Amino acid sequence: MNWIAIGVTLQLATMTALLLVVIGLPIAYWVSFSRWRWKFLVESVVALPLVLPPTVLGFYILVAIGPHSPFGRLYTDLVGHPLPFTFEGLLIASVLYSLPFAVQPFAAAFDHVDRKLIEAAWTLGVSRVGTFFKLILPMSVAGVVTGFVLSFAHTLGEFGVVLMVGGNIEGVTRTVSIDIYDEVQALNYVGAARTSLLLLAVSYLILLSVYAMNRKVWAVWPQK
Amino acid sequence: MAAEMIAEISKAYDSGFTLDVCLQLPMDPPTVLILFGPSGSGKTTVLRCLAGLERPDRGVIRCGQEPWFDAAAGIHMPPQQRRLGCLSQDYALFPTYSVEGNIVFGLGELSAVERSRRVAEALALLQLQGLERRKPAQLSGGQQQRVALARAIARRPRVLLLDEPLSALDVPTRLRLQGELRHLLKQLAIPSIVVTHDWGEALALGDRMIVMHEGRVLQAGTPQEIFNRPVTADVARIVGMETALIGRVRELSGGLATVDVNGVMLHALAADDVGTDVFVCIRAEDVVLEKGETGTTSARNRLSGTVRGVTAAGALVKVSLDCGFPLMAVVTRAAVGDLHLAVGMRVSASMKAGAVHLVPRRDAGATVTA
Repeated sequence: MNWIAIGVTLQLATMTALLLVVIGLPIAYWVSFSRWRWKFLVESVVALPLVLPPTVLGFYILVAIGPHSPFGRLYTDLVGHPLPFTFEGLLIASVLYSLPFAVQPFAAAFDHVDRKLIEAAWTLGVSRVGTFFKLILPMSVAGVVTGFVLSFAHTLGEFGVVLMVGGNIEGVTRTVSIDIYDEVQALNYVGAARTSLLLLAVSYLILLSVYAMNRKVWAVWPQK
Repeated sequence: MAAEMIAEISKAYDSGFTLDVCLQLPMDPPTVLILFGPSGSGKTTVLRCLAGLERPDRGVIRCGQEPWFDAAAGIHMPPQQRRLGCLSQDYALFPTYSVEGNIVFGLGELSAVERSRRVAEALALLQLQGLERRKPAQLSGGQQQRVALARAIARRPRVLLLDEPLSALDVPTRLRLQGELRHLLKQLAIPSIVVTHDWGEALALGDRMIVMHEGRVLQAGTPQEIFNRPVTADVARIVGMETALIGRVRELSGGLATVDVNGVMLHALAADDVGTDVFVCIRAEDVVLEKGETGTTSARNRLSGTVRGVTAAGALVKVSLDCGFPLMAVVTRAAVGDLHLAVGMRVSASMKAGAVHLVPRRDAGATVTA
């Protein structure tokens, strides 16, 4: 088994999921609490990676971060090398690709927090930010964990985006799914089967834990 | 200083409902203002505007010298800065926090020492000691209500806003807590606005009262004034209680009380803890009129009186009587004809002891429990 590819994949998935918690929570808060009439425009953009072919998304990201775009030029000037075909470039692509897998569970959890509780916190003098961390987030733990785990699992299995943006550089951007593809191309079915089984088992375990948690098989706190 | 909270606000909703309300809450001495009205009359919306949770379209809200809202000047103070104590209908306790956690939630800016002092004080005041570690889901309705009150008063709010504080409780608990709330409001001496649609609560808790209907104020005054002298037929219909008199309980045994109303003795059913000073409330529908002095009936109260006024109100006729105190009765048009009712005529009025309701009076020298 290609342990280097597994290492790269785990690192990518962990960092993507962590970054998505940081980026996804404010977006989800806005999606859940905004009363703006055109909110659905933003919601559909967030959900776009669910339906877009990964190659299309990858293509646009590649162009956007490439040395000919303003962002890519700025990055190259600052860091010294362009973003495409690096781990950082891959990370940016993965975050965008898994955005809905984090934002949607977060927003769904926020939607379930009774607005009266939030207003009660405000009338008790607690700021909006304070209310978020003291009340909304603790009540949304299950949703936040779900979003984290789903974006982690989704990143584990990504293929098209990785190929477009990351290429296939051993130890840098070659992930497990690319490795499996390579093995099959090289007619090494035994190697491909082993890695595939591992990915299948990990993905199944992750989804198992998410569903169990949302059914409150083991509750974080006593149920109401 | 005659500090008061003033609100003159209006707001139009997409549903077509418009709110147009003007109210004053005297804060010195602290006053309890009752917002009375049927469901959908806009009472809760008024509280939400006062709390800063909703923004009126027009008008001003001022608390003492401090402007809370001014549409013209573009002032809208957020709820966090208004220092209010709010109690919502379903209490809105934080399910992930214990009783203590709920009370301490809004005390973040205080020192740790002051925080625990305030919590202990609130727990003692509402008799919640021993429940500190419980989660809201493990409490009875009455206990939840007390926790919500403790949480609201722990911050020493300038004004308390209570939205139907007792409506989520079963009837026996409600009556018990109504008494407790009456003592508590008196003891706390915080100006308060209490939303209710229960005439007993209004009389027991309120110093002042406004009656609302369809987003508008129909009448303002003391509760007794409003019950006895509704300015319009709408107010009379909404409050649903035509006679509210000051009385003193002379005797109380076996659930039956003898009450002195202006020298006339009435019999009423009463709880043991009703106290001495009460409002005596009689619905006009419960008063039976007879001509002259006839034989005995099962009704415990039988009064002779003089007809002072006869006014038609739809299919019914309102008859105001003087029985040593003013009493309202309603009868059908046919009954008016049969009895030949006319102003100045002597009649006898009777009602069962169960139709005479006693409500403890807040302003009287009721014993204050510590």
